[in-house]
Amino acid sequence: MDFLQQFCQQTLNGMSLGSIYALLALGYTMVYGIVQLINFAHGDILMVGAFVSYFVLSKWGITPVTLMLSFLPSMLFCLTLGVSMEKVCYKPLRNQPRINALITAIGVSFLLENGARVIPAIGPNPRVFPTLPVVNYAWLGVSISRVQLLIFMVAIVLMLLLNYIVNFTKIGKAMRAVSYDKGAAYLMGINVDRVISFTFALGSSLAAAAGILFASAYPQIEPYMGIMPGMKAFIAAVLGGIGSIPGAVLGGLILGVAETLTKGFLSSQLSDAIAFGLLILILVVKPSGLLGKPMGEKV
Amino acid sequence: MLKVENLDVYYGNIHALHAVSFEVKEGEIVTLIGANGAGKTTTLHAISGLIPIAAGSVRFLDQDLTSLTPHKIVELGLTQVPEGRRIFANLTVKENLEMGAFTRKDRKGVNDDYERIFTRFPRLKERLKQVAGTLSGGEQQMLAIARTLMSRPKLVLMDEPSMGLAPLLVKEIFDIIKEINATGTTILLVEQNAQLALTIADRAYVLETGRVVLQGDAKELANSEEVRKAYLGG
Repeated sequence: MDFLQQFCQQTLNGMSLGSIYALLALGYTMVYGIVQLINFAHGDILMVGAFVSYFVLSKWGITPVTLMLSFLPSMLFCLTLGVSMEKVCYKPLRNQPRINALITAIGVSFLLENGARVIPAIGPNPRVFPTLPVVNYAWLGVSISRVQLLIFMVAIVLMLLLNYIVNFTKIGKAMRAVSYDKGAAYLMGINVDRVISFTFALGSSLAAAAGILFASAYPQIEPYMGIMPGMKAFIAAVLGGIGSIPGAVLGGLILGVAETLTKGFLSSQLSDAIAFGLLILILVVKPSGLLGKPMGEKV
Repeated sequence: MLKVENLDVYYGNIHALHAVSFEVKEGEIVTLIGANGAGKTTTLHAISGLIPIAAGSVRFLDQDLTSLTPHKIVELGLTQVPEGRRIFANLTVKENLEMGAFTRKDRKGVNDDYERIFTRFPRLKERLKQVAGTLSGGEQQMLAIARTLMSRPKLVLMDEPSMGLAPLLVKEIFDIIKEINATGTTILLVEQNAQLALTIADRAYVLETGRVVLQGDAKELANSEEVRKAYLGG
């Protein structure tokens, strides 16, 4: 019984961590689906999102209401950042070999991290993200904290919203069309540039939200805080099948749960090794990912 | 309506089109015929703005297309039915049609056009909610044509509509092309099946290794010794 209790507790913790990975993985997977680029700067958007919320909360003070309200400026700021990043850094390289954009993405990532270190308002030292007093709700010996509830709530709302946008709006359908066949999309008069911008906007605002949630759960923020979650979310996206939206969510949850179970039952030092081990395993066994379609390179 | 003059296009180092010139007048069916690799699809891609033009001009309704983005060209009323259909197989039939109407903002007109498409292609109406990848080859070609019509084009470029279809279906598709033309839409048809193309076209241009080598009335060309030998199998 004790084991079962602990198992449930760790699974719950894992799902909440995994929801954050999932939000971040969605950005990786959507951008990859549209422009076949792994946007390595995506994890750093999470950091920017957390800092915007930090500044807003430092000014307004932390209450449940201000915390919720701080999502808005943070997501808007990162949306703008993501769209400009694409316009300035990736768009000029669109007709170049893919490796060029990939290396640029790594460069953008370094720029954001070290740029944040130089800005006096952020600086290299960790800061404490404002948090609400801890409240735990227990049920059958399994406890869930208020932050975890917040994570689940925000993640579910945003994913439902994303699902609606992608499946039922004109621009969402265009996203799916472009990701299937960009050339045909051009010929149908779809404004592909706008679709690409929109995709970056969606992904970046989800990353901003993930940043606030991550900072609420682990309230120490600094310029490099996006690297690890960024890596994990990338693994999650590959695990679920890069380019697949449900795959990103599934991959995020699996990775989160695998990590906390390892921490809870094996060793806390092994958890990262397990995450990267999962990446290697999936690449060997099913390179297209759990929900991905087998990729033949299109001619 | 469409005037292509001295068009030069390069693919990397390959000089794909050499000073290609031709014209399509309103209401016509004009066909570009020629062997594989003659530059037919390249010509259509250059007109639609998918590949850069090195020299020459493309004018449509007195507008220069050379510097326009592909979606602007569609907005002007020039849309393509791409080679190999290229339907969005992961979208439903309805969603494919919606994508065809992407540039349009007149919701009422779009809804009227759905009705028109459904009367012309009743089979598509039956399969509206089906994922397009599950359609048969013939149905996919019909969807590709219907999707293009949703942009209300004045000129349709058709790239190998007969490709990979059974003879009976080819006839059906060509009947549809004639019908579309009869309702006032001008058509530029690219075909490897020269014989068939010449029977429905008004005029024809023959492309050979990136050059226009012959042009004229479709019926005359179909009877000319030269064309018979080279493209119609004797």
